[in-house]
Amino acid sequence: MSAEAATAAQVRSFVAGRKRRTHLGFLILALVVILSVVVALTSGPIAIPPQRLWALARSTFDGQSSGQSSPGLARDALVLFNIRLPRIVLALLLGAALGVSGALMQGLFRNPLADPGIAGISSGAALAAALMIVLGHHITGVDAALMQTVVMPLAAFLGGLIATMFLYGIATREGQTSVATMLLAGIALAALAMACIGLLIFISDDRQLRDITFWTLGSLGGANWQKVSVVAPMVTLLLGAMPFLARGMNALSMGGAAAFHLGVPVQIIKTVCIVLVALAVGVSVAAAGTIGFVGIVVPHLLRLAIGADYRALLPMSAMAGAALLVIADAIARTIVAPADLPIGILTALIGGPFFLWLLLRRNRNIDL
Amino acid sequence: MLQAVGQTSAKGRGIRRAGKLMLALALLSAAGAPSIAAERLQIVSVGGSITEIIYALGAQERIVAVDTTSLYPPEALRTKPNVGYLRALSAEGVLSQNPTLMIAAEGAGPADTLGLLKSAGLRVVLLDEQPSTKSVIDKIDEIGRLLDLKEPAQALSTKVRKEFEDLDARRKTIAKPLRVMVILGFQSGRAMAAGRKTAADAMIALAGGINAAGAMDNYKQLSDEAVIDAAPDALVMAQRGDDDVLPANIFDHGAFKATPAAATHTLIQMNANYLLGFGPRTAQAAHELMSRLYPTTAAAKP
Repeated sequence: MSAEAATAAQVRSFVAGRKRRTHLGFLILALVVILSVVVALTSGPIAIPPQRLWALARSTFDGQSSGQSSPGLARDALVLFNIRLPRIVLALLLGAALGVSGALMQGLFRNPLADPGIAGISSGAALAAALMIVLGHHITGVDAALMQTVVMPLAAFLGGLIATMFLYGIATREGQTSVATMLLAGIALAALAMACIGLLIFISDDRQLRDITFWTLGSLGGANWQKVSVVAPMVTLLLGAMPFLARGMNALSMGGAAAFHLGVPVQIIKTVCIVLVALAVGVSVAAAGTIGFVGIVVPHLLRLAIGADYRALLPMSAMAGAALLVIADAIARTIVAPADLPIGILTALIGGPFFLWLLLRRNRNIDL
Repeated sequence: MLQAVGQTSAKGRGIRRAGKLMLALALLSAAGAPSIAAERLQIVSVGGSITEIIYALGAQERIVAVDTTSLYPPEALRTKPNVGYLRALSAEGVLSQNPTLMIAAEGAGPADTLGLLKSAGLRVVLLDEQPSTKSVIDKIDEIGRLLDLKEPAQALSTKVRKEFEDLDARRKTIAKPLRVMVILGFQSGRAMAAGRKTAADAMIALAGGINAAGAMDNYKQLSDEAVIDAAPDALVMAQRGDDDVLPANIFDHGAFKATPAAATHTLIQMNANYLLGFGPRTAQAAHELMSRLYPTTAAAKP
């Protein structure tokens, strides 16, 4: 008990200097998230001006009778509520999941290069998706529509989970998980998955090849409420566990042994962390393909700004990740309108230079 | 967070229900109308051959947007908004062009986007995209029906059918079919050749040749040994643009030196879209390829 109190005191004193900055950070991030949603709601290839947005909101609350007043209003309502809003909500959920998962994986693996998919999720999901794109028709015999809307996302999700379980099994001996083993096994598994994808690419035709390329760049283009309702519970689970995980990660950042002697249930933290991240990232990848960079850049950016206290870092990573993805998606659907740009291109284009600028501005080295 | 998500999704569902009701009403009124084409059609054309057919029917002013595969005629992509690659369409992007009809090649998508477009009340028609003469003629007839341009479409499909029949007759005069290899380009010096199950394979057959790379499926890079083993009598280079660089001395070195094609220096260059597009110009392209493959035989003249 006293050890726990000591940890808490230590953490408290560490945070004290940054407390005001953290509060300010939360406020700014909240504003950025709200602003990004408003901007995203009002931007797209179909111009819906803000006053129209207000009219739509009012007619929705008043009931459906006013919807018939103008045919343009009805179409805008359809576009807004069935196309744009599910995209934005999905972007919020995925961005939050990727941001938090990135922060957790970097902390757990004590590796600044760890991304949300490091525990095998990305490799497994990508292999399963490529398998379905190239051979899915022969394996399952379902038609193209069912393949794209149900079978492929399900396969990607399961592929990610199986890969993670496999790595977890390899790295766990006598009830103790070695993150170093898991990291190395993950690299081997990723190489193996890439080889298999290469084989699939070799036997694929032109279209399948382009499908694989587009999938790996990610897109929120097919977002609908059904996808949102599948993704939301998994992501909520991860976000709900943040307070519990944050305490554990703070202790783990002093090293596994130190954390254990401080009375932190290290193995439980590791397991919960890996399982929740696998579920949230797995379902994200299934819904929108692999979206890179958010999970790496967002947590590091916040570490530079507010420090490494996970109690602030995790919720802020969720908020910043959500805002980044919402903005990136808004740009994705307007910049080459009426076409859609794959969102993975934009997250890297926005995140990369900003991150470099922060690193250059900084005159001391970062630690996790 | 969860609460907010729950609320918005419930709201969305309500609106979607309203949307479905409106869609049902729209469909009812459409069924009552004598002809859909009586009102002004605004078409999003997705697929190279589909755009080409609509232009050939002279109905290009009804196209409000095309996709990136609509390469012919070149003014299609130059003058019309581009909704992106046919496998990666954006629902809002397509709807922003205010279309009343989307004609797309089979395989256009993603399926979720097609679902959104249909739920927004857009009529989506998918056309078969096999590289075959039947598919070309069916596409012309179907597009003519959709656009209420039956007469011009019939004229076009009759002309194309006649061209294909002439092609069949000419092909019968070929005594000894040549082994033909269609090359799509070179990647680090290796030829990307067309195997079975490709538009190129169908085109070689139409022009009275045998696919020299018929031992493999799809488009693949060939090793030097595979090129020698394929023993093509003629090389056909499908050019994607003006800047395509063809190794000028292709027959002087590498595996191609050992092929029968090198002995006769038979290298035919044709535009890739013209050669492989399987649109209204396909019969013409096949005639041209046949004439160039067999310049001295009875099959030489159309």
